[in-house]
Amino acid sequence: MLRMEGVSKSYNHRASAVTALRDANVQMDRGDYVSIVGPSGSGKSTLLLMLGGMLSPTGGRVIVDGASLYDMTPNQRAAFRKKNIGFVFQTFNLVPYLTAVENVQIPLFLAGKDEATQRDQANRLLERVGLSDRLDHKPSELSVGQQQRVALARVLANDPAVILADEPTGNLDPETSKQVIDFLDELNKEGRTIVMVTHDPRAAERAKSTLRLVEGTVLNGKAEPSLIAHG
Amino acid sequence: MQLRTLVWREIFERKNQLATSFLAILLGITAIVAIKNITFYSEKAVSRELDALGANILVLPKSATVQDYYSADMQDETFPEAYVTQLSTSDLKGLDNLSPKLSVPVTLQGRKFTLTGILPKSEFQAKAMWEGAGIFTRPEEGCGEIADMPDVFKPPVKETLVRKRVIDDLGPEEALVGADVGQLLKIAEGDYLDLLGQTFKVSAVLPQTGTVDDSRVFAHLHTVQEMTDQGAVINAIEIVGCCQEISAGLVQKINKLLPDAKVVTVTQVVDTQVKTNQMMASLSTVFLVIIVLVGGASIANYMYANVFERRREIGTLMALGAGSSVILRMFLLKGLLLGLVGGIGGYILGTVFAVTFGPRLAGIAVMPMPVLVLWAVGLSVGIALVASCLPARNAARLDPCATFQEI
Repeated sequence: MLRMEGVSKSYNHRASAVTALRDANVQMDRGDYVSIVGPSGSGKSTLLLMLGGMLSPTGGRVIVDGASLYDMTPNQRAAFRKKNIGFVFQTFNLVPYLTAVENVQIPLFLAGKDEATQRDQANRLLERVGLSDRLDHKPSELSVGQQQRVALARVLANDPAVILADEPTGNLDPETSKQVIDFLDELNKEGRTIVMVTHDPRAAERAKSTLRLVEGTVLNGKAEPSLIAHG
Repeated sequence: MQLRTLVWREIFERKNQLATSFLAILLGITAIVAIKNITFYSEKAVSRELDALGANILVLPKSATVQDYYSADMQDETFPEAYVTQLSTSDLKGLDNLSPKLSVPVTLQGRKFTLTGILPKSEFQAKAMWEGAGIFTRPEEGCGEIADMPDVFKPPVKETLVRKRVIDDLGPEEALVGADVGQLLKIAEGDYLDLLGQTFKVSAVLPQTGTVDDSRVFAHLHTVQEMTDQGAVINAIEIVGCCQEISAGLVQKINKLLPDAKVVTVTQVVDTQVKTNQMMASLSTVFLVIIVLVGGASIANYMYANVFERRREIGTLMALGAGSSVILRMFLLKGLLLGLVGGIGGYILGTVFAVTFGPRLAGIAVMPMPVLVLWAVGLSVGIALVASCLPARNAARLDPCATFQEI
């Protein structure tokens, strides 16, 4: 379902070339739950961004459901993300001036749903993450755990097949982290593919497979039949 | 959730940052609307005044000084009445009405007034060569046209004297009395007046005009000439000249024809008002340039800052599937709203300012001009949209990976 073929990424930083990802070959099937681990600056987020069609590689190809992501135009990739991919961010990335329900409505608005449907669906999703009593609260009026739950509800709005999570528990206390990981488990059980960048060993252990990165190179981690990684 | 919800909420969330650029456009539009509104009514007042004056060219003795248009004919010096013949028989185009005058001071019941000798229209018509020049044949509108419309020769009523500077008939022993003279001396139509030893029958008391004509007595020109023993002389010819011909150099042509006379146009007399209007028009242009530059730069600067500040939000929207057109529209809609509110607000404030301060600043009554709302909104929206274009395009082209910290 998700495949990286010889993907590399390098950029210039203060006149010197930096390689963020080096010849990565990765394959993930539908329903996989993969954690990506490695030290800071090892290229984890770069890999995640590339899988989500957010960052063009310097070389190689990223194939999703048989389509080469970076052969598409930026707008085609945006449309692809809208239908198939959900992002969970470490800092939640909620729109600060919108309420919880409005934040969840964004993907539905982008998908062209009418306002009544948006509101109805957003209410149900917030109810699912246990925030039915916080619908009209702005992010600043919510705890960090509640904010991440709003972000999770927003991810589910367009029912994506793939969820890409970048340090989803990075800013959370242990109790809330557990809730978020449990929730990601639940989503994986529903058949969604989860790819999660994390520093949290407990979160990484919950994944079906682990991808380890060191200095931009993908190493063999916990080998699983669904994952083929070459460093 | 609609795009406008997103834009509206963001505006209210960060309204303080928006305040400066909003104020720039609001005040700019306010100033332009106020100036345009006052200028319009000031120009209208000038044209009303010009219309009330009737004649727009004066032929005076060479040494004459012009302080006030209405009393410009009160000169000691005279020139030959033959100048009228010269003018009416010339091939000059655009001379629509000639009114020769001779004014002398008189005393009535111990009060000083001015006796002005005028030539009635019948005198012109009696002289075939004058009539042939087309004098009096021009309809009120349609400059320079000679029409055969039957009502063109309809005798004007006496009340039109002041405006048209011409009267149909006036007998040698008849007089017309200005409103103030009539009121002060309690003179009514049919009364008799004794002027410079000659008795005149008052054929009409003229209505109030608000000019020096109100304190004048009018008699036949030739009678006044005889009474003063000055011969066939006058000290002013008032001309209703065609505006287009005046622009095309009619005054210079008259000067050439009558080198011993002084020719002035009424625009010289109302020069101050005309200059004020020109100044207002220039001021309007200056404000227009300022609003375009300052207002536009302020909005563009704000928009650039706003795009920079919202990079993460833009990236998040892109990650959620927003295409570049959504981002572009989001910022353009913001510019549109800013322009719309600034334009409407500027129109309201500018109109209130003009109506309130117009009478004090320009001495004229100013009324609201609804047409300016279109002008104000069009200008404001235009500036805001143009200023938002580049920042909006930059936002739409933003790299979506800016949402992540670790890059």
